[in-house]
Amino acid sequence: MQRKLNRSFTVSFLLFLLLAVFGLFMAIPLVYAINNAFKPLDELFIFPPRIMVNNPTLDNFFDLFALMGNSWVPLSRYIANTLVITLVGTFGHILLASAAAYPLAKHKFPGSQIIFSTVVLSLMFSGTVTAIPNYMMMSWLGWINTHLSIIIPSLAFPLGLFLMKQFMEQIPDALVEAAKIDGASEYRIYWQIVMPNVKPAWLTLMILQFPMLWGSDGGNFIYSENLKTLHYALGQIALGGIARAGVGAAVALILMVVPITLFILSQSSVIQTMATSGMKE
Amino acid sequence: MPDQSVSVPVPRPNLVQQPVKVSRWTQLFKEIKRNKHYYILMSPYMIIFTLFTIIPVLFSICLSFFYFNMLEFPRFVGWDNYSRLFLNDDVFMVALRNTFMFAVITGPISYFACFLFAWIINELSPKIRAVMTLIFYAPSISGNVYFIWLIVFSGDRYGYLNGFLIKFGFILEPIQWLTNEKYILTIVIIVQLWLSLGTSFLAFIAGLQTIDRSLIEAGTVDGIRNRWQELWFITLPSMRPQLLFGAVLQITASFAVADVSIALAGFPSVNYAAHTIVTHLMDYGTIRFEMGYASAIATVLFLIMVGANKLTQKLLRKVGE
Repeated sequence: MQRKLNRSFTVSFLLFLLLAVFGLFMAIPLVYAINNAFKPLDELFIFPPRIMVNNPTLDNFFDLFALMGNSWVPLSRYIANTLVITLVGTFGHILLASAAAYPLAKHKFPGSQIIFSTVVLSLMFSGTVTAIPNYMMMSWLGWINTHLSIIIPSLAFPLGLFLMKQFMEQIPDALVEAAKIDGASEYRIYWQIVMPNVKPAWLTLMILQFPMLWGSDGGNFIYSENLKTLHYALGQIALGGIARAGVGAAVALILMVVPITLFILSQSSVIQTMATSGMKE
Repeated sequence: MPDQSVSVPVPRPNLVQQPVKVSRWTQLFKEIKRNKHYYILMSPYMIIFTLFTIIPVLFSICLSFFYFNMLEFPRFVGWDNYSRLFLNDDVFMVALRNTFMFAVITGPISYFACFLFAWIINELSPKIRAVMTLIFYAPSISGNVYFIWLIVFSGDRYGYLNGFLIKFGFILEPIQWLTNEKYILTIVIIVQLWLSLGTSFLAFIAGLQTIDRSLIEAGTVDGIRNRWQELWFITLPSMRPQLLFGAVLQITASFAVADVSIALAGFPSVNYAAHTIVTHLMDYGTIRFEMGYASAIATVLFLIMVGANKLTQKLLRKVGE
């Protein structure tokens, strides 16, 4: 068997043991979070605390809906806000990043080198560096307290452009050239030749962008209660302390289930894209 | 008839007389015009990128030389902000030390862990590989679920760690994990590590799967005897591009620790025990409104991040050489 080349059993065993131990370290908090959401009150405060639930119940979720039903802004409003931000932000990002990635990946033109190096450079520092000027920019544009302040900057997330460009590079040049000879415009080549060939990269950009926007609480930009996100609302409930421990656990479960499900569905495409993620020297 | 063509004088272009005098700018302009479709395709992304990344960085650098409180007109103060930051701000020194502690510990460990676990997982069968990938990757995308760690490290007996330690008799009284200077930095580091197997981890898994198997077979013929030699002489050099990419992401993340610190240790933390450059920046930028000073902090952070990245890139080029 090919896979067994250069492998000794003892070392394999030790390495897998290591993997199992750290796998548990990674998994236990998540398993705990999932179980907590189904624990009745007496099990939440049992001593000594247990990870697994004995008598699972949906009470925490009913409590959550009852609680949200009484709030001034209905739950559906928070959900709608989060969906707008997440969907527009994610799809817009995929669209803009791929439109910018196609020329960079397949053509040479004045400025293409420097633009790409700037994008790579911007991977090397985090968004906090630009937080203050960003706030001033938002207030100058009049976008404070609108969803635009969350959506628009996220459209130009540099990691997405980088990964998309690296992935597009493996599309054969001949395919692009052939379309050009047939008289297709650049826009048509982008939309009908390149885009259908980079579907795995769409999903990758989605899996990177989605959790970021899904977890957004509006930051410093959104003040009106009826514009705030699900994450913010659920976070407020979870802040209720001991009395809201069960509801808080239900909230945590709702927040984590969606991104994880998306990753399960898109995992193989994501891995395929990441194979081209390398940086040239 | 056949002779007619001979009599017609053919105008011959005189190549010597008129040298083509196209300046560099005209040529560049022509190039740009020829490629205009590419610029149009890139423009929506580039406009947003310029507005919210490039201009803010430049603006932040300029602003760091001013005193600005959002109300009065900015006043030029030269290097004052920087001298105050490094000579007169004890809390910044604490933040700087903590940030480097975080970066020096979580950066290399998380990078090494990303690679190590990707490498072990790669030996598994595809189905188990997918499950293990999910387990290791899930924490980094599960939103702000790190507040589950608040319950684990909760200061009363119901906290998971306290409960466990009391039950097995290691301690008698619950320990205030999150408000004790002794533990807080370690706890933030542990949670940060838990969250850190993200995009680079996936990049490594993908990189390992695309290594040419014939290279490994050829290596065996050439005398590679165990997995460590295979790792050093074949696997790592083939993965150098992914290793560089992963390093950038891990380093940037390790210098930007703030959310976890705030969620677990509060803001500000006890005696600034978990204070970082980013939380210091938030303190001056969002609470005290000393925008010039906050910009100086941001500029220092920017230089540290880019500097650390450039340095690491240089070191990583030596892998497997």
